[in-house]
Order: sequence, then structure tokens, then C-alpha cells
Amino acid sequence: MSDNEIHTAIASAIADNDVILFMKGSPASPACGFSARTVAMLEALETPFAAVDVLPDPRIRQELSAISKWPTIPQLFAKGELIGGCDIVTEMYEAGELATALGATTPDDAPAEAPVGASAQAAPMGIENRLG
Amino acid sequence: MPSADEVKTRIEAAIPGAVAEVETADEVHFSAHVRAQAFEGLSRVAQHRLVYDAFDGELGGAIHALALKTEVT
Repeated sequence: MSDNEIHTAIASAIADNDVILFMKGSPASPACGFSARTVAMLEALETPFAAVDVLPDPRIRQELSAISKWPTIPQLFAKGELIGGCDIVTEMYEAGELATALGATTPDDAPAEAPVGASAQAAPMGIENRLG
Repeated sequence: MPSADEVKTRIEAAIPGAVAEVETADEVHFSAHVRAQAFEGLSRVAQHRLVYDAFDGELGGAIHALALKTEVT
């Protein structure tokens, strides 16, 4: 894909998905603590979301930041608008504003404090922890 | 590598009237609490962009991560 095609594909993905997260790694296997925390918050709200891994090609991140004018990953979008990165999503979650911004309702059993995400503290992939 | 003081100075120079508290354990990952009147009426995204603008491309580079909390004064 050319840079231009990547740019167009990202812009379409943002427009076509009600909630979309650009992250490092996948929701099942986040490659960064900030991405893991953001996934954990979306999962706590039981919000369906699309996810894009920015790691396979550095141009994904470059073109995404050109579109969003936002330098860091993760980036969460709802209805085509940038909601924010991990810090803003955490603040909104704890203020009870995140579900509304995503067009959802907070489930009764969602924790009040933002969940950290299991993989943020897990041993790196492929290394077995035998010290526990 | 930038120090916490350098990051603080950059933020305060970029946003008139801002007061920043910056911490870092390793001079690569930073956390900042920024209070400014300039944030008044801005969305959280717009407030964070004002701070990011102080670093022109260095975020993700020399500054690996900047955990940010903004507040209107």
C-alpha cells in the first residue's frame, strides 16, 4: 500500500466504525500498558469496538497522527471524533462520562475505578515466569 | 535526554500562565499535571493538544510517553 492508500484506509476506518481503537498489539494481546488499560476500560463498559494494531507498519502511526493531530498511541475514536488517549479515556471513565461519549450505558457491575488490564502487569510474551 | 525540569519549562513556555508539575523516573517516561487558565472552554482533547504542541514531534521519540492531566485554573 502507498502512504496515500494507508491514509485513506485509516480515514475510512474512523468514519465507518462507531467506536474504533488504534493501539499497539491486539485487544487479546496488547503490546503496551496504555493500550492494555484502554482495552480493559472498553471491555468493562461492554462496548463493542473495532481495533487496529499500529505496529505492523510504522506508516500506520504516521498517517493516523497526521489525520488526528495527536502524537501518541492509543487513540480512541467515537462517531468519527477523537475521544483521546489513555489519560483522557481514564479520566472520562472515572467521571462516568465514557459510556455516554461512546453511545453506550455503563453496566451496573462496571468497576468505578478504571481497570488496569491484566496484560499490563503480565510477564512479556513468551517468557515463562517460574519465580512465582 | 530531557530532564523533568526541561519538560516543565517547555510546557510553561508554550502555554502562557501555565503551571506544570512534572515527574520522571527514567527521563524517558514523564508524567505531568498542568494547570492553566488557557484551558478554559476547551475540550480535554484540545487541552492535551496545547501541551503536546510544546514538543513538536519529540513525543514518541526522546520523550517516550507523557502521562498528562490538565486542569483549568
